[in-house]
Amino acid sequence: MTLRRLAVYVPLIVAALFFLLPVFVMLFTSFKTLDEIRVGDLLALPASPTIEPWLSAWQSACVGLNCNGVRGFFLNTALMVVPAVIIITALGAVNGYILTQWPFPGHKLVFGLLLFGCFVPFQSVIIPMARVLGLTGLQNSIPGLVLVHVVYGIGFSTLFFRNYYDQFPRELVKAAQIDGANLFQIFWRIVLPVSGPIAVVCTIFLFTNIWNDFLFGASFTSGSNTPIMVALNNIVNTSTGVREYNVHMATAMITALPTLVVYIVSGKYFVRGLMAGSVKG
Amino acid sequence: MTIQLSSVNIRRVGAASGRAGSLVRRHERLIARLLLMPSLISSTIFVYGFIAFTLVLSFTDSKLLPTFNFVGWDSYAKLWGLNNWHVALQNLLVFGSLYVGICVALGLLIAILIDQNIKGENIFRPIFLYPMALSFIVTGTAWRWFLNPGLGLERSMHNLGWTDFKFDWIVDSHMAIYTVVIAGVWQSTGFCMAMFLAGLRSVDREIVKAAAVDGARGITLYRRIIVPMLRSTFLSVFVIQTHLTIKSYDLVVSLTGGGPGNSTDLPATFMYDYTFTRNQMGVGSASSIVMLLAVAAVIVPYLWAELRDRREKGDAK
Repeated sequence: MTLRRLAVYVPLIVAALFFLLPVFVMLFTSFKTLDEIRVGDLLALPASPTIEPWLSAWQSACVGLNCNGVRGFFLNTALMVVPAVIIITALGAVNGYILTQWPFPGHKLVFGLLLFGCFVPFQSVIIPMARVLGLTGLQNSIPGLVLVHVVYGIGFSTLFFRNYYDQFPRELVKAAQIDGANLFQIFWRIVLPVSGPIAVVCTIFLFTNIWNDFLFGASFTSGSNTPIMVALNNIVNTSTGVREYNVHMATAMITALPTLVVYIVSGKYFVRGLMAGSVKG
Repeated sequence: MTIQLSSVNIRRVGAASGRAGSLVRRHERLIARLLLMPSLISSTIFVYGFIAFTLVLSFTDSKLLPTFNFVGWDSYAKLWGLNNWHVALQNLLVFGSLYVGICVALGLLIAILIDQNIKGENIFRPIFLYPMALSFIVTGTAWRWFLNPGLGLERSMHNLGWTDFKFDWIVDSHMAIYTVVIAGVWQSTGFCMAMFLAGLRSVDREIVKAAAVDGARGITLYRRIIVPMLRSTFLSVFVIQTHLTIKSYDLVVSLTGGGPGNSTDLPATFMYDYTFTRNQMGVGSASSIVMLLAVAAVIVPYLWAELRDRREKGDAK
């Protein structure tokens, strides 16, 4: 290997170690006993691996005064993410279709207004949102969180579908119109069947975003109704009793697993979503 | 005669169907606009209406609950008189410039290295990018453990024989903000790398070849020719990362909780603290409006340019 090649590979390997280390440490710690953590070495493999911390994290760790582990919170997040992603993606597909295939004067302004909504710092809408959720009885509930994610997620899905449909040949839609197909038929029979890739990109992007949300969950829910991200933070910050680092790390792994699996299974679409999220189509 | 009649008839039928057709079209155009209404109305209320509400609150002396006792610019004056706010702004400046700067530099460097026809690109790339799939809460939890001064990296180094090794930034109020930078860089460099890599791969090969013929090689080739061609990638990365920085909240909460003391507070944690913990909703609203203005200053011109570009490209077609 030449010196030039070394100058390429050595920094890459060093960087790779930097990016892998914290998660390896997290994984190792989650399989260690507390005793081993106290006397052992952070970077060492578990001497006698135990799944006890994982079991404890799942079913008996205390979040506040509630000692049933994070399984309930995991379910909360799942119940929040699935409907939110479906609704946002569907709305985005419709919006994108109308904005590109049925343009009207001012369609760009409408798109801009929708799009800006996903860049707004949520601090500037959080106080009225809390009031509205309170007035509608949706505070501290999963449907309330679904609503919040939907209204601030539409911008992204509209962006994805709009940029995708923008490259769709106009002639196809024109021809269908001449053949007598109406707006719904064109969407259903012509546009939607080729929307698979962008729907996957959009779904993965939203799934990751909403699963990983903390601010909304922490602001609008409490107790046993919070998403898992809030529960993780609460477990780690519980100040009473012994700090069970192994359980903390197991909880963090459980929390991160769904998005990590999605990333590993469909990395290509994940990356496309990230890039498309930076507005360039 | 018959022929003429039928031709008239045909014309009439044609005209009628044309009118009906345009009616249908108009009708459809109306439906099309109606279909956008749910999204447009929700964003009018939940984005713009709510911002207006927060703006109004920032001119009141609201405490625990919104009240409408208007006090002009008092909340803003109070905000700027608070030491905590200045700490938050200063932290934002330190964190923001280092976080964005290092992400961009490191991301570009890694992208260039990966672009050298390396073996195992498909192994390296995902390794740099997977932290983007994690939440800042998980990242913060992991790094908080990793940097734990008693049980973390510090002790590992002592075990390895480097007994003088000291790394307690996370509990040092002067240094803690830099641990936030480290964890943030760890999470987001992959994004910058992916953006730059995509940029590098769309660079016009002919120009690069021509430059190589002129004798540009290695680092010079990148510095003089290729990197300057990535201008629009730089802009995208910069805008996205800067606006995320202004909104940063989760990472600080999970890594340091704003501490030690308030040494790692950022505007987002300040806003939350003043609004929901200290019951100073007027001041909290004012701080969120300042954050909004900062984000808008970065994002609006960018969106404007992006949308205009697209139209011009469309016209050119």
